[in-house]
Order: sequence, then C-alpha cells, then structure tokens
Amino acid sequence: MSLLTRTAGALHRRPRLRLALLLTAPLLWLAVLYLGSLTVLFVSAFWTTDSFTSEVVKVWSADNFHELFTTPVYRQVILRSVGVAAAVTVLCAVLAFPVAFYTARVARPRWRPLLVVAILTPLWASYLVKVYAWRLILSEGGLADWMLRPFGLSGPGFGLPAAVLTLTYLWLPYMILPIHTALEQLPANLLDASADLGARTWRTFRSVVLPMVLPSVAAGSIFTFSLSLGDYITVQIVGGKTQLIGNLVYSNIELNLPMAAALGTVPVVVIVLYLLAMRRTGALSSL
Amino acid sequence: MEGSAIRLRDLRKSFGETDAVAGVDLDIGDGEFFSMLGPSGSGKTTVLRMIAGFETPTSGRIELAGQEVTGLAPFERDVHTVFQDYALFPHMTVEQNVAYPLKVRKVPKAERLVRARKALTEVRLEGFGKRRPAQLSGGQRQRVALARALVGRPRVLLLDEPLGALDLKLREQMQVELKALQREVGITFVFVTHDQEEALTMSDRIAVFNQGRIEQVGAPAEIYERPATAFVASFVGTSNLLEGESAQRVVGTPGIYSIRPEKIRVLKESAEPDEPEHTTAVGTVAEVVYLGDATRFLVDLDAGGRLTALQQNLETSAEDVAAYRGTRVRLQWNRRHTVPVPDHR
Repeated sequence: MSLLTRTAGALHRRPRLRLALLLTAPLLWLAVLYLGSLTVLFVSAFWTTDSFTSEVVKVWSADNFHELFTTPVYRQVILRSVGVAAAVTVLCAVLAFPVAFYTARVARPRWRPLLVVAILTPLWASYLVKVYAWRLILSEGGLADWMLRPFGLSGPGFGLPAAVLTLTYLWLPYMILPIHTALEQLPANLLDASADLGARTWRTFRSVVLPMVLPSVAAGSIFTFSLSLGDYITVQIVGGKTQLIGNLVYSNIELNLPMAAALGTVPVVVIVLYLLAMRRTGALSSL
Repeated sequence: MEGSAIRLRDLRKSFGETDAVAGVDLDIGDGEFFSMLGPSGSGKTTVLRMIAGFETPTSGRIELAGQEVTGLAPFERDVHTVFQDYALFPHMTVEQNVAYPLKVRKVPKAERLVRARKALTEVRLEGFGKRRPAQLSGGQRQRVALARALVGRPRVLLLDEPLGALDLKLREQMQVELKALQREVGITFVFVTHDQEEALTMSDRIAVFNQGRIEQVGAPAEIYERPATAFVASFVGTSNLLEGESAQRVVGTPGIYSIRPEKIRVLKESAEPDEPEHTTAVGTVAEVVYLGDATRFLVDLDAGGRLTALQQNLETSAEDVAAYRGTRVRLQWNRRHTVPVPDHR
C-alpha cells in the first residue's frame, strides 16, 4: 500500500482530524485577520487623540460615540448614507426585475447564458473607469444634458441624485443575478396552474411569481445595500459636495483615527441590523 | 352527440418536424369519466394540454360545452387541471392553495374559507388547512391538488397522470376514491394515463392513443374484449396474438387474432378436443410464471407462434404448476373469444 493510500485511509477513519486539517487555514484567516481587524476598529473607536499632535492617546472614553450622536452634521450624514443605500436598493430592484424576467423566461434558452455574461461583463471593468465615465455623462454639456435638451430638460449635474444613479448602475448586476436564478428555477407548472385556475397574467405575477422571488430580491438587496453604504469614491467623483459616511471616515483618518473608527462602526452596525431583518424573509437561504 | 362537454375536431399539433397529435376527433359526454390511454409520446398529454389551453393547436377545433375555445387563454376556459406533480404553490398554506381559484374570481373572503374547508373535507383532509404543501405526503398533496381543482366546480376536470407518483397501495385506494368523487360531483373527468389497468377500472369510456392518433374509443369491456387494432390488443391487457402461418393452422383462416390469456384453458395433450364450440392447439410449455393467485403458462405451439394462458390457482400450488415446464399440453378456448383484429400495419 502506498503512503498516499495509507494516509487517505487514516484520514477516512478520523473525521475530526480531517475537519481540522480542512478548516485550520480559513479559520485562522477569519479569526485573526477578519474578526481581529474588526475588533481593533471597534476598540480604537474608544480611544482619543492629542488635539495638538493628532497622535492617538490610549485612554478609554465614549466621547467619540457621544459626539457622533449629538453633532447634527454627523447625524445628517448617517441618515443620508442609509437613505442613499436604500434608494439605490429600491432602484436596483425595480430595474432588475424586468431584465431578469427577460433573461430567465422570455429570451430563447440558448441565448440566456450569453445574456447573463453580458450582464456580468461590466463587473470586469475597472470601478474607477466606470465612475469617471458617469462623470463624463453627467458633466455640464455631457451626454445626459445632450439627450435631455430636446425635452427642455437638463441632466442632474453632480450631487446626490448623480451619486444614487451611478451607484445603481454599479451594483445592478448583483441584484439581477439572484432574481434571474430565482425566476429560472420557478417551475413552469406553477404558472400554468395559476392560469388554469383562472388567474390572469397580473394576478399570477402578484400572487405566485413575486412572493416566490421575493427572498432573492432581499438577497440581492444585501449586496446593493451594503456596497452602497460602504462606498465613498463614487460620491467624491460625481457627488459634488455631498458627504457620506465613507467620506467622513476618510477625512478623519489622518487627524482623528479614533473618530474615524467610531464612524466606521456605524455602517457595520447598520448592516448587521439589515441582515437580521433580511433573515426573516428567508433571503439568507437563497444567497 | 347530444350534451357533449368536449368536442375535438381534426385536432393537430406539430413540434417542429414531429407531429405530436396527428388528427384527433373526439366527443366526450357531460358527466363522463373519460380516459385517454396510451404509451408515453402517444400524444395523449398534448391533447390534454390543448384542452386546458397550455398549448395552441397547429390546426383543428376545440369546443367546450358547444362553445369554441380553440384560441382562448387557460384562464378563459371553464376547465381545471390536476397536474402530474400537483403544482401546489409552495409559499401558500393548503387552505390558501385550495382557495386560490376563488380568490382569483373575487369570491368574498368568508365564503372562500367555507368553500375551501368543504373541498378539503371532500378529499378527507379536514384539519390540514394551515399546513404547507412541503409538510404533506405525496398522497395528501394529491388530494390538495384535487380539492383545488374541484373547489370552483369547473365544467371539466383534466387529470394528467395524477396517480403516477404514488405507490401501488395508495394508487389503488385513490382509484376508488377518484371514481366515487366523480360520481358525487358529477363533473366530466378527463383522465390521462399510461396504465391500462387504471383506465379499465375507472373509466366510463376509454380512448386508446398511439402515435398521435386515436386507435379506438369505447367502454372498457369493449376495448378489452373487442380490440379494434393490433395495437389496442397488445397495449391493453397481455399481448396474445396469432398471425400468419400459425393463425391459418389454428383458426383455419388467415389474419390476425387476439385471444385473452384468461380465456385459454391448459389441458393434458391427450384430452379430447371439445369441438365444435372450441378451438384447440397443442404445444410445449416453454415457461411457467407463478403469480400467487394465478399462473401464467407460455406455450410454444406446434403450429408456430406462442400463446400465453392464465389459470387461476384453484387447486394447484407452486410446485404443481412448476412441474408443467417442458411438458406437452393442449390449449382450448371458446371460439367466440377468438377476436379478429384488422391489420392496419
């Protein structure tokens, strides 16, 4: 018997050892690098800085969080960030549904994989290139202005709407994919049965298709919501003077690292709350 | 036919090059339990799907209660379907599933509940209303599908091999229940199956399908005792055909003849032939199959060809019948059970 066979046999008889060998590396990664850095972030949020040298002073205090919740600017920015993430999510869901319906159920079966690839292609392009492309589109006299001029309108320019628009564009594929999968797996028999029992198309959509696909919409929303909440580059490029949480974190890093950490804790907490809410819809099992 | 629930005229359906349904004419009476029997790919399910409205015929005409419905959508037809895999909505409770056709028709909520509960009682599932389909067994899901299709009292109920996924015991039980239910509600049932025994036990009339056409329509006894074609003779019941040389020598005239195995008696070769009412043929027992209540003898005739004879084990036991293997026997059956089969091949 070769060494390899004997080792394989020994492992086969020791399921615990097998599991340990399999999981040691990923668990180390998760515990030390991932959870570790999150802990450092959270701990450092309770430190302060020397106001002259900007050096971190390791003295415990909850001042940063107190400031966070009492300063109107911070409160505004937090609410604005959550609002942007929510708006992007709703826009993505509304836009993704018809696209996914087409790719999953209307298009000819042999075209479907190609269409999915087409939806994924933008994800391979550089994030910065795409955002700068939108800057060009939205700039004064740019594509948006040029297209809207015949209607007597002009583009939204740089600002909050532009940021929402660009983020929607960026994260749309993450919403289309889960909905596409859910619609593709929806048994055709159920649609037949609904029509057979007297339901017109709209009723079938409302009572059968939508409830069955909703967990996947929620799954997609986890991506769009958290990606939007963590973004700060897009808003810098197309958002004009708009500030989101990410921008405040960025501007505090040099001068007041503990404050940046306290700010950084906010999206983490919001997303944990969001995940708990989404768990109730069954979204996590359709990821 | 007067008062026909369904009338099909020269119905055809092609998928690309293949003709799934190649010209079907059929009249199904009001309140009839009608079966469409045939092997898979014979077009019976396609006909059913065209009646339901899931498929559009390539040509031909479909009438429901005298009204043409050929081009109408499924929701415009007073026809409900029980699907082979039940097609229950997984996100709804049993009660919501059953109430769905009523909800669609905007029946008030209170009445909806009452009628859904009544329908569940009809299929003996009272008390299961709050469960989800995933929490039910196959047989129970089958009943929910039935209740859902019946609750709106459609003119016609279509059943697409609804018992196919159930085990034998449950299937036999459901056959009896389905038949009783149909008598009770008086709705026309159109039942698609590939199981000839199922069709024979439950139906008022049967249409036997083969290669997109109907070979024969008739009452079960008619189909079984007087098969109109060689295909019907072999598909319904055990195939037992005499043809060519052996037909000439045994029956006396050339042609194709069907003899049902249970009509044939197995005698000793030396037994006196009981003529002239009976036909006899001698041969060697090639195989003996003990079935418990009966025994099947496969006999190679001296005249050529092979016949199967089925004998009840009234006096005989497994050892007795096994001793027949390889022995010489005389087969004998009443002349009127020699059924000439027109040769369409």
